[in-house]
Amino acid sequence: MITVIDYGMGNLRSIENAFRYLGAKTKITDNPKEIEKAKKLIFPGVGNFRKAIENLKRKKIDSAIKKSIKKGASFLGICLGFQLLFEKSEEAPKVQGLNIIKGKVLKFKKVKIPQIGWNQIEIEKKSKILQGIKDYSFFYFMHSFYVEPLDKEIIVAKTNYGKVFCSAIESKNIFGVQFHPEKSGEVGLKILKNFVQLKC
Amino acid sequence: MLAKRIVACLDTDLGIKGGRVVKGIKFKKIRYAGLPWELAERYYKEGIDEIVFLDITASHESRQTMVEVVRKTCQRVFISITVGGGIRNIKDAKKLFRAGADKISINTAAIQNPRLVKELSESFGSQAVVVAIDAKRRKDWFECAIYGGRKFTGVDAISWAKKVAELGAGEILLTSMDRDGTKSGFDLGLTRKISESVSIPVIASGGAGKKEHFLEVFKKGKADAALAASLFHFKEIKIPELKKYLKEKGVNVR
Repeated sequence: MITVIDYGMGNLRSIENAFRYLGAKTKITDNPKEIEKAKKLIFPGVGNFRKAIENLKRKKIDSAIKKSIKKGASFLGICLGFQLLFEKSEEAPKVQGLNIIKGKVLKFKKVKIPQIGWNQIEIEKKSKILQGIKDYSFFYFMHSFYVEPLDKEIIVAKTNYGKVFCSAIESKNIFGVQFHPEKSGEVGLKILKNFVQLKC
Repeated sequence: MLAKRIVACLDTDLGIKGGRVVKGIKFKKIRYAGLPWELAERYYKEGIDEIVFLDITASHESRQTMVEVVRKTCQRVFISITVGGGIRNIKDAKKLFRAGADKISINTAAIQNPRLVKELSESFGSQAVVVAIDAKRRKDWFECAIYGGRKFTGVDAISWAKKVAELGAGEILLTSMDRDGTKSGFDLGLTRKISESVSIPVIASGGAGKKEHFLEVFKKGKADAALAASLFHFKEIKIPELKKYLKEKGVNVR
């Protein structure tokens, strides 16, 4: 069972459809108790950093996420859901992120923003989530901000958009991708399939 | 590097049960091309980069039908989907996002109420808000039209493009009304002017007739994406062949 965290930010239908297509069951929930006991969590999201944190706090999902990660649940943050794991973001300098991963979220400069469209990933190291994905595969991005983890060892893929930025991480049971696997055709579905097949 | 995108537009008549994709010439419809979700799936499998559904009926009744079309499409098509036509407010947009749309595109409602662009981008993020501009060439400027090209506004397309970018639009879908349906090529001058005036991506539309047109709109028109409809519907250009051609010519495509 894949638990999809619903905090009012973004396209949950597409995530649900992608897992259904892969034959995996999903549960979409905003209930902190269910999130806390979940074994596999998807943390999607598009939109504004500040608004997202406000929603998470109001629904008391922030602490539930932390607890489930501590218990060892496999966790995949997508796009804004990936960025929210960090300490802070230039999008909302006064707001604290979830602070689960050390590092910050920065805004692109001197390029057209948002970055919208298909860009390639350069695979930095082996990762469970990138199994079977060829180097330089194209994924679909839609974002104006990118993450900069403090610990470079967790970076598993990078992407070039005016500058080279971190597009995927793996840190123990935590995975994060800046692109949208649910909108990246076959290669994207492969990533979600890898997540489904992870052993807990 | 970020790839240049090829976008398929499905102009959809929702007056018919379930909806049909139509092809219009200069904003007047002529023939039916198929069921919207079936065509979308065909393009997805052929390697299209994005799909745009445009509700050409844009009536109150058609809105729910479009929600159904999006819902059906998203079950089997795993790429970005944009919906435009008749979206007037946050509520309309929300229904489409819930059904699985990634972006919505607005034209008439934005010109009549520019604040809507700001409200939409604040609610759903800039990346989800496309402003469509239908531009008609005048002597030394370009005029914006609304209501599917039926009404002219006196608004200058370049200033309007700058304005919507400031208001938080994430992309501009720029249609040349002079070229639409003519297959004589994109309006390169118009596309380049708009693309160089704003710091958000521009999708060029109107006039695609052969592969070379796509090459020039990327190289000379500075477009970030290029859109076509009938060319793909009736298989005059096949998507894999178009991409192969562009790659050979040095354009970065997926």
